[in-house]
Amino acid sequence: MTLSPNPQPSVNQGEAWAEAIRGEFPILDQQVHGKPLVFLDSAASSQRPRSVIDAVTWYEEHDHANVHRGVHTLSQRATDAFEGAREKVRNFINAESASEIVFVSGTTGGINLVASSFGQKFIAQGDEIIISHMEHHANIVPWQLLRERTGAVLRVIPMNQAGELDYQAYLDMLGPRTRIVALSHVSNALGTINPVKQYVAAAKNMGIPVLLDGAQAVPHMPVDVRELECDFYVFSSHKMYGPTGVGVLYGRQQLLDQLPPYQGGGDMILAVSFDKNVYNELPYRLEAGTPNISGVVGLGAAIDFLQGIGMPAIEKREQDLLAYATTALLDIPELRIIGTAAHKAGVLSFVMGRAHPHDIGTILDNQGVAVRTGHHCAMPVMDFFKLPATARASLGVYNTRADIDRLVEGLQHVREVLG
Amino acid sequence: MDLKDLYQDIIVDHNKSPRNFRVISPADLEAQGYNPLCGDKLAVFVNIRDGHIDDLAFQGSGCAISVASASLMTEALKGKSEAQARELYEQVHAMLTGADTDQDPLELGKLAALAGVRDYPSRVKCASLCWHTLIAALDKQAVPVTTE
Repeated sequence: MTLSPNPQPSVNQGEAWAEAIRGEFPILDQQVHGKPLVFLDSAASSQRPRSVIDAVTWYEEHDHANVHRGVHTLSQRATDAFEGAREKVRNFINAESASEIVFVSGTTGGINLVASSFGQKFIAQGDEIIISHMEHHANIVPWQLLRERTGAVLRVIPMNQAGELDYQAYLDMLGPRTRIVALSHVSNALGTINPVKQYVAAAKNMGIPVLLDGAQAVPHMPVDVRELECDFYVFSSHKMYGPTGVGVLYGRQQLLDQLPPYQGGGDMILAVSFDKNVYNELPYRLEAGTPNISGVVGLGAAIDFLQGIGMPAIEKREQDLLAYATTALLDIPELRIIGTAAHKAGVLSFVMGRAHPHDIGTILDNQGVAVRTGHHCAMPVMDFFKLPATARASLGVYNTRADIDRLVEGLQHVREVLG
Repeated sequence: MDLKDLYQDIIVDHNKSPRNFRVISPADLEAQGYNPLCGDKLAVFVNIRDGHIDDLAFQGSGCAISVASASLMTEALKGKSEAQARELYEQVHAMLTGADTDQDPLELGKLAALAGVRDYPSRVKCASLCWHTLIAALDKQAVPVTTE
């Protein structure tokens, strides 16, 4: 399989560097409402570079067949591409073994798998599940469903006005009934980078497994699951420049081995009779049915893309751009940033005077600037700040200072339109 | 698309200074409306006398479109019969969704200022929330309305 080369921009991570990366994304080369598109909604879903689009197209045009099944050539090629991508994921997050990499439909799918299978095996009435106040609904609702099924207790780590979790409160929560901690690595609504290594270590001391929701972390910083020592780590392809409909559940082998199957079907069994089944080995045991093969191939290409640039370089660049954007936004009268943690990723949630975020979103869109508005699937965060919604600009590897300048111009226009 | 088609002066004015923005307590009828997409929440209060809307007010928080729409609605419906209110609801709904293209927006008076919403599909729910909530109040529904 030959793919278009990854960008090899100069390493200064400045504006020309970012412009070169931007040039790899065909979708960004268009006008919206007559203005060049500025895409500041990567936290909802990022765009795909040419190399990812080409990898998926190549696969569809040359290699597609079902995986792990046929003896024919295409099936072997598809299997090689699929398992090759699994190895790329393993390497990308530094898992010990490719059998610890379970392909799922996305972060939501991965958390539901753990809540269901881990819950079935390890969680009973009165047991405690710890989450935090800043979780995405995807890391709240599956645990609430589990609570309804089992009578378990959900405990919530509080946060402060900056959007930082209360570590001492967390330590006080950990106890003999705690069965699992499920925590976001980076908050999608606030941008807070949680000091998850510290949180994992405290739980580990008591033998409690930790799941990290890495959907907003993996695209923006190096992630090493063995260094974090987490038990589960979940993320989505489409937020890291790969296709939609696919994601990764990393699980420590020892723990994955103990999970009962999540869904039943083909590929997850070795032998089926009407009396007894023999389940397949990991990770296939947790991957029932034909997977999203082209999506996984695209994810593999997205990892090549990210590693071609280098995660430390991406992290540094986005931190610089975040600082630039934060300063620029705070210059706008009446604008208030929601989420002011000391350690943040490139997420700028904000409100502006009496302007409703929904109006801000429409007016910005009219100027070609795409931001998210609403509750960001984190209603408890909105309730905490007593806001119905915020506007959110989120950064990706293709964003430039010029994009931020366009955002600022757009926000000045909001005032003119709304009077 | 010109933003001024959506944010007409009358919309901006009613957003900045919403009319009948108050609680009627006790009200003959009231209902709560909620748009989970943008977090808009509003309550509509209605007093009926002799089959006519004697007083109509709303309170809540929302975007410019939803606040202006509710404000314009309260102005348009005072003194109208319940049947007239329901008829106007149908007309406004048709205008917002573009369902009735033969309709002359001028017949709707100030409410015609909302016609621009039809070009912004994601904003139709904002403009229609107050109307759905009003109908719920008239139907004396006890459950909160959502536009989902």
